[in-house]
Amino acid sequence: MKILVYAEQQDGHLKKSAVEAVSFARQSFESRGDLNITVLLGGQVDTQAAAELGLYGANSVWMPAESILNSFEVHLHALAIQQALAESGAEVLVMAHTYCGKSLVPRLSVAWDAVLAAGVNSPPECASDGSWKVYRTVYSNKGIASYSVSGVRRILSFLPNALKPVECSSPCTVFPWNTTVNSAAAKTRSLELQKVQGKIPLTEAERVISGGRGLKGPEHWHLIEDLAEVCDAATACSKPVSDMHWRSHDEHVGQTGITIKPDLYMAVGISGAIQHLAGVSSSKTIVAINTDREAPFFKVADYGVVGDAFEVLPQLTQAIRRLRKG
Amino acid sequence: MNILVCLSQVPDTTTKISFTSDNKELNKAGVQYIINPYDELALTKALELNEASGGGSITVVHVGGADAEPVLRKALAIGADQAVRIDTAPMDARQVAAEIAHFVSSASFDLVLAGRESIDYNGGLVGGMLAEYLDWPLVNVATSIEGGAGGSMIVCRDMDGGREKLEVYLPAVITCQKELTEPRIPNMRGIMAARTKPLQVLAPQGKGADMHVLEHALPPSRQACRFFEVHQMDELVEALHQQAKVL
Repeated sequence: MKILVYAEQQDGHLKKSAVEAVSFARQSFESRGDLNITVLLGGQVDTQAAAELGLYGANSVWMPAESILNSFEVHLHALAIQQALAESGAEVLVMAHTYCGKSLVPRLSVAWDAVLAAGVNSPPECASDGSWKVYRTVYSNKGIASYSVSGVRRILSFLPNALKPVECSSPCTVFPWNTTVNSAAAKTRSLELQKVQGKIPLTEAERVISGGRGLKGPEHWHLIEDLAEVCDAATACSKPVSDMHWRSHDEHVGQTGITIKPDLYMAVGISGAIQHLAGVSSSKTIVAINTDREAPFFKVADYGVVGDAFEVLPQLTQAIRRLRKG
Repeated sequence: MNILVCLSQVPDTTTKISFTSDNKELNKAGVQYIINPYDELALTKALELNEASGGGSITVVHVGGADAEPVLRKALAIGADQAVRIDTAPMDARQVAAEIAHFVSSASFDLVLAGRESIDYNGGLVGGMLAEYLDWPLVNVATSIEGGAGGSMIVCRDMDGGREKLEVYLPAVITCQKELTEPRIPNMRGIMAARTKPLQVLAPQGKGADMHVLEHALPPSRQACRFFEVHQMDELVEALHQQAKVL
């Protein structure tokens, strides 16, 4: 079974999702004895970093010889992936369902005429007839649907943080790869990139500290940021907070915001409206901090503190600092 | 500009989700349907773009049964000029995209706007598939759209860990994210006018679905919450470290 994995990079560094994608492919189809995983890098990275994908199950890694793919233009990347699919003879394409993945997989499923299982939660269950059963959340995390997937060509995209990468050393070689993609095929022209500096991207974060109206105003957000800093977490907020412009909308998690599934989600001063819970309820561990013992968040939380955020947060931050030093 | 807005109808965001006894579909009893919130932003943006340029027409398209007509009438009340319903049950993104692509090829649109995802199946795929069927550019998850020079649009889009401003030439498909604009509430004049605006029903091309739902389930329920007092933060941290292993 031949698989092509598309691995994202940014500024010459492999993204976290690159390792996840390789490991997801390896763990999903490990039972297939003839498994062969080729990785197409979405741009040039350090050769040693590329070779390390072998630790997670890659058999060969294709490094673009030209710089054309180093910035992300969706149409150029889609064409490059199609070229790599043809050259590798892969039957299955695996990638992360990140913003890049979300732009690529719909185009590729039409262009490559493949059945698309997009945004799955876990590795497919493979049946003896070759079909897969996949699971994905629906109704904004309020439900889970299982689907049957069959077809000669298939695309599988998985949610970030869906599966922990596992080391499984396989012999791996990095090859230079020449793309036939020409920059004239670009359909958009980038004018400006604004990168969030020094912050952990919310969708990639393993830990997230989220604030709600209980914080009483944007001037108190240092309490959230201090806590986030001591536990290497990203910061997030509820819908009212972004609606009132206390925080920018790209921090809004919930049904109409970003859906996340970190290992740890701490909700501070968020009551837990159904729309908010929808976006965060697949988090592995949930901590709720709220003055109201009846707040709906305590019904889904694993750990709770009934108390004033202004009192709880500094103490919690100190306690984590002690653990980290300890 | 002639703008097409793709609309889907979804359960109201406050809906408590449950499934039919065979778990094959949503239990629709008591469910209120609304225009998918991101599609509503797309419609509002279409109105703003045409108001700014002083011309053009806006068509909304929906793939689905007659039960969606109240939602299409609402779109007409908000300000769309005409509605089109492609009369087939929506099964998966590829089928919906193929039906809309066929309709777009039979008309002349400058721009197709859609929500970045629907809040029922959350696929976020129809816009991208449509762009590929039409061989048009795609800009996914746009937070601002403005007219540029010489038939181009200047669009900001969300990306992993940041935002990009880019230029795209029309015709194009753009999917819409929060922050793009605020939805409009239809006024009485709009509601009256909507009754007589055209709502055309088209026969489907009949492309089948690739993806078949086996069954639905509710998310697993979580264990009861373990409470800590404000002075027990070391104990909470210990539990997160030792028991949950997340710190």
